[in-house]
Order: sequence, then C-alpha cells, then structure tokens
Amino acid sequence: MARITAGIGCSHVPAIGVAMDTGITEQPYWQPVFKGFDFSRQWMKDNKPDVVFLVYNDHCTAFDASCIPTFALGCAETFAPADEGWGARPVPIVRNHQKLASHIAQSVILDEFDLTIMNEMEVDHGLTVPLSAMFGEIPQDGEWPCLVVPLAVNVVQYPAPTANRCFQLGRAIRRAIDSFPEDLNVQIWGTGGMSHQLQAERAGLINAEWDTTFLDMMAGDPDAARQISHLEFLRETGSEGIEMVMWLVMRGALDEKVTEVHRHYHVPASNTAVGHIILENHD
Amino acid sequence: MSGKDYDDIPGTFVFDADRSRQGYHLNQFCISLRKAENRDAMKADPEAHMARFPMSEEQCQAVRDRDWNRLLELGGNIYYTSKLAAFDGITFQDLAAMMTGVSREEYRDMMLHGGRPIAGNRSKSEWEEN
Repeated sequence: MARITAGIGCSHVPAIGVAMDTGITEQPYWQPVFKGFDFSRQWMKDNKPDVVFLVYNDHCTAFDASCIPTFALGCAETFAPADEGWGARPVPIVRNHQKLASHIAQSVILDEFDLTIMNEMEVDHGLTVPLSAMFGEIPQDGEWPCLVVPLAVNVVQYPAPTANRCFQLGRAIRRAIDSFPEDLNVQIWGTGGMSHQLQAERAGLINAEWDTTFLDMMAGDPDAARQISHLEFLRETGSEGIEMVMWLVMRGALDEKVTEVHRHYHVPASNTAVGHIILENHD
Repeated sequence: MSGKDYDDIPGTFVFDADRSRQGYHLNQFCISLRKAENRDAMKADPEAHMARFPMSEEQCQAVRDRDWNRLLELGGNIYYTSKLAAFDGITFQDLAAMMTGVSREEYRDMMLHGGRPIAGNRSKSEWEEN
C-alpha cells in the first residue's frame, strides 16, 4: 500500500531558484539560506520518496486572471517548467505518477472536495524552487529523483481557501493515498511563505515571532494552526504570507502526532522570510 | 467597497474579487508580457500593444508612468504588475523599494536587518499617529 511517510514545509522564493541557477549560493547573502538545506538534502537521500505530493501556488503562469481554480490537481504525464517572463528555469521536466494522481482525484472528489483536474499544465517557481532546495542542483537534461503530483492552490485572488479547509483537504488526500494499492513511499510538501509582503507601502513586512509560533504549531498543535483566520494571516504576516494555508494541506495529511526532525528559518531571501520544516509520520 | 475587515491594514491592497474585476484588463495586459512575442510587440510599439487590452485611460496612464502603487490602486495585482517591472529589467526587490518610496540600498538594508517590523504596522490608526 502507498503510505505518507513525511511532510515538508518549504518557502518557494523565486530568488532561491535564481541563486541556484546562476551559481551564487556561496555568496555571503545566500550562504545562510542554503546552509539550512544541507541536512535536508542528506535526509532526502536517506529517505528517498517514490512520489512527492507537492502543494504549491501558481503565480499567474498556468492560470492568468481568466481562470482561477481554488484547488487544481495536476494529472498530466509531465509538467514543463514555464517561462515566467525571463526564460524558463534550467531544471528537468517534472514527471507525474499519473495513476496515483487519477486515484487521488477520484477519491477526494467523492470525499466532497471539488477539485479542478489539469491534463495539461506548465509549472512555475512555486513548484520547482522547493524541488531544487530539497534535491540540490540537477542539470536540465537530468531527472528529478522522484515523481511529483502537483496541487495548485489559489492564493493570488482573495479569498484563498481557509486554513481549515486546506487541513481537511489534506485529510482527504491522506485517505486517498492510504487506499492506493501500489507500494509507494509518498511525501507531502506544503510550500510558500513565510511572512512576506511584496506590494505597496507596507512591502518588506516580516514577522519572525509569528512565523516561529506557526512552525511550532505545525509540529505540535495543528488544531491551533487550522483556526488561523485570513485576517490574521494578512495583518500579521503580510498580504503574501497567506500562502501558508498551503502548509495546512500538508499538515492535514500527517498523523496527529509527528516528529520534527529539522527546522530552518532565515531572513531575508529577497523580500521574504525563508521557513522550512521536516515532520516524520509514525505509522 | 466599505466594511471589509482587511481595509484597516495599512499600505496594503488586498486583491479581492472587486479589485480583480476592476483590474482584469490591466492584469491581462501585464501577464501578456510573460511571453517573448508580446515583449517584442511591447518593445516595438507600446501604445499598440496596450491598445489590444481594453484598459481604462487611468490604467493606461499609470502603465505609461510606471506608477507602481497607482497600478495596484486601479486593480492591478503585484504578481501581474511585476511582469511589467521585469519587462523594464527591474527586480522584485527593487520594485518593492520603489513602492515603499525608499532607495534600493535602504530597502535592501531594511531586509538584511530583519525586514519591516510588525510593531506599528498592523493598522491604519498606527500609521496616522505618525
């Protein structure tokens, strides 16, 4: 049977991808950002997943303003890294586990979560930057070490789905994966965040104390995290901090009690607080 | 557009359905610049490329002026307007500096020292006191 062995939270700041793609990760500005992923890259080798279920948001790349699905599940065979306005990232094409993706779509829709199904989709930095951060540099003609089932969540147009809705969807994804007959090691990743505001006069907002409390909740008190209101996200973590609802999908798919094996937090990467956590399931 | 609980957050445009409706053509113009062929068209003849999108005259003027906060006020969303900035060769961090009215160096320095603090930046009343 397929099983979810771990959950990972990880920021997806585009500048992290640019730093890796241009080979400047050892510069003093970037060194502390990447140092926090040294443990993670070894841990990924020791705990290599067959499939990552990757929760991320599209930044007007696959979906412009003409179509804004709240939850869109990638069911295509492959997903090409997109040109976001300055050329596509030089990273490998992303390959799906299509049978698992189809199974999840069928299971969670019957579980009353009305997903959009994407049979063609390009993916942007929201998806590829966490892969790069966790796996390290992989040449464009190489292969990612695992298959990826993408779930795109709308966090661009307000309102994003609530933290609790995301958590409940995570539970439904857990039920779906638990009922898939193939023997697979699956990880679920929630990406985005942490506190950041990219727009208008309040741009640059960072709330490290709030972020730390949120990381604590991810590890030990998910019931508190899923009650965080949209107003609190917007006010306390900046208008783009609301991306953190995507971490709740990840957390909802894990056991109630998990083991935190790694945490990393650093300010800044460009305009953003970088947060990262690895949580292991017990079952 | 009154009575929204997030209207009290200072220096912030929450991109909700009302703003999305107002900014639709502006945002579609901006996102067109994701594609190389449209960037070429915009370089060759900005007015002709803009005219392909039925933006209001105010929106067109804000595009011409590269008035980044005005674009947000007129329904633009930062993920869209940042494509116009990228077209001009402006990085996201430098765009943020422009929107906050400080120099690139000042903004970068603020971020290196932990970013804009939350204290004093939660509600409009805190900004009005200063």
